[in-house]
Amino acid sequence: MGSHVFQAEQVVAGYDRQTVIDGVSLVVPVNRISVMIGANGCGKSTLLKALARLIKPESGSISLDGKPVGKIPPKQLARVLGLLPQSPIVPEGITVADLVGRGRFPHQSWHAGWTSKDAEAVAEAMRIMNIAELADRHIDELSGGQRQRVWIAMALAQQTDILFLDEPTTFLDITYQIEILDLLTDLNRKYGTTIVMVLHDINLSARYADHIFALREGKLMAEGKPSEVITDLLVKDIFGLDCAVIKDPVSGSPLVVPKGRYHAGSASR
Amino acid sequence: MRSSPVPKNFPAVLVIGLVLLGVCVIASLALGSRLVRFHELIDGLFHHQADSYGASVVRKRISRTVFSLFCGAALGVSGSLMQSVTRNPIADPSILGVNTGASLFVVCGIAFLHIGTANQYIGLALAGAAITAVFVYGIGSMGRGGATPFKLVLAGAATSAALSSLVTAIMIPRSSVMDQFRFWQVGSVGSATWSAVAAFVPFLIAGMLIAFMTAPALNAMALGDEVATGQGVRTGTLRLVAALGGVLLCGVTTALAGPIGFVGLLATHVIRLILGPDLRFVIPMSAISGAVILTVSDVCGRLIGSPGELEVGVVTAFIGAPILILLAMRSKMRSL
Ligand SMILES: Nc1ncnc2c1ncn2[C@@H]1O[C@H](COP(=O)(O)OP(=O)(O)OP(=O)(O)O)[C@@H](O)[C@H]1O
Ligand SMILES: [Mg+2]
Repeated sequence: MGSHVFQAEQVVAGYDRQTVIDGVSLVVPVNRISVMIGANGCGKSTLLKALARLIKPESGSISLDGKPVGKIPPKQLARVLGLLPQSPIVPEGITVADLVGRGRFPHQSWHAGWTSKDAEAVAEAMRIMNIAELADRHIDELSGGQRQRVWIAMALAQQTDILFLDEPTTFLDITYQIEILDLLTDLNRKYGTTIVMVLHDINLSARYADHIFALREGKLMAEGKPSEVITDLLVKDIFGLDCAVIKDPVSGSPLVVPKGRYHAGSASR
Repeated sequence: MRSSPVPKNFPAVLVIGLVLLGVCVIASLALGSRLVRFHELIDGLFHHQADSYGASVVRKRISRTVFSLFCGAALGVSGSLMQSVTRNPIADPSILGVNTGASLFVVCGIAFLHIGTANQYIGLALAGAAITAVFVYGIGSMGRGGATPFKLVLAGAATSAALSSLVTAIMIPRSSVMDQFRFWQVGSVGSATWSAVAAFVPFLIAGMLIAFMTAPALNAMALGDEVATGQGVRTGTLRLVAALGGVLLCGVTTALAGPIGFVGLLATHVIRLILGPDLRFVIPMSAISGAVILTVSDVCGRLIGSPGELEVGVVTAFIGAPILILLAMRSKMRSL
């Protein structure tokens, strides 16, 4: 179990024409599951990309164990820090086992072939994600939920101590969302993998996160345990939504109940 | 559960590929406007003192055969590299206009600088190929969505048309240049000499080395730039190096044989259909399939055109164009 310290200081990042992330500093909680929440377009994906060095920050520093990530050879960094972006590309005709095997790239050199370690890592990742029996299937033939498990398995095969995921549950129905989040929790509990992800469902975030990063307009507005951070005030502040926060009867975590204009008050009638 | 990621059918495909390659070599030595008998073939190959007419025909065909194998392999691998770099299933030196760019530079060289040696051809063709590649990629990446397959093909076709008309404009008033150039421009392996083969070798080796060494990283890039970066690939550098390999292989082939279209496209496609998308296997097999396709086309050209011959560039265009249309239609439907 690794315990790498990953931190960002005063990071400013964005795209050619606009600055999106406006001075974010954070320390990723080691061996924990962190979830970034915030309204559409507030910069969650951009922050995740900056942390995972997909885009270069305009200023500020991002470091792993005190060393700026830009100074770490990319392949070496990729053995500690894994990433599943929001929309990866599926090469035509690739099989599940092949795709998962591609996660081994950072561990291979061009002269040494496929080792038994690679094979073990791939088998392990497929077992954790419950896709061993799909090994020879083509990706095009899978359901959205199966496909998402394959992508996560590829990221797992990379065997990194830190894993960044951008909306690993989008487009999945509720059953699959829970399944994926349970599997990621397994991973965190068993191997101590540090997970940072973006989720859209605030209630699932509250349930599965050990730590919440709440963003608004490119700034980190609040962070901490869900039970401390997720309040009606914060939801109003971050999402501009009036709501009541109650206790989730199943998990005990905060449960956000939106008010809206039509139905508020009908419970008391 | 598989213990290694070698495609299951790779050994079989490799063996079949090598057998086909052998058949092609024999066909290329034996067939043509003069058919050679078996004993003449053996004489020509192994008995240097044998001086029958057939044996000498065979000897002349050896350099031609070696040359066409090299050209085919280079074009096949060049196609694989360009398809990976542009992430475009129908990229091919001829479709991206890289061939035509090489042609234009060579024609200018013939017309204005009076070049004649293989190395001069190679230098100019490589420069023309590289500049055109950068130009087409630049135009193709303008606007929204970056370098999409559709925009690249459009940019390549437009550039190719413009450069072709320039080539014609330079050639027409210079009838002396015409003769030297006309033959070259169609794409032919018929005039291959051992010195051309020798000039080819260093570029072929360099290009192949680049292809083999970049294959694993190109595999990562096939999943998108973001995944590749996450796996530790420097995508900018990789694109540049792989494109350089592709341009090198296609440019040197164009310099020595003239522009030959569609081989890279066909060679890679056939292999990907059979083996799947893993470039560590697709690239070497594309070398073999490219060599087979080009050599078969050359032999067909000799048989069809007998007693003269039809240049191989004409044959590959005839086979390739309809297949390109098919593939383009299929890939458009996929993206809808
Ligand atoms: N590739 C890009 N080029 C230019 N601007 C971009 C790009 N990607 C995102 N943006 C802009 O940056 C801002 C933040 O986008 P980002 O994707 O980080 O938001 P997000 O919080 O992930 O939103 P969502 O919840 O919808 O995924 C938006 O205004 C968006 O328009
Ligand atoms: Mg996003």
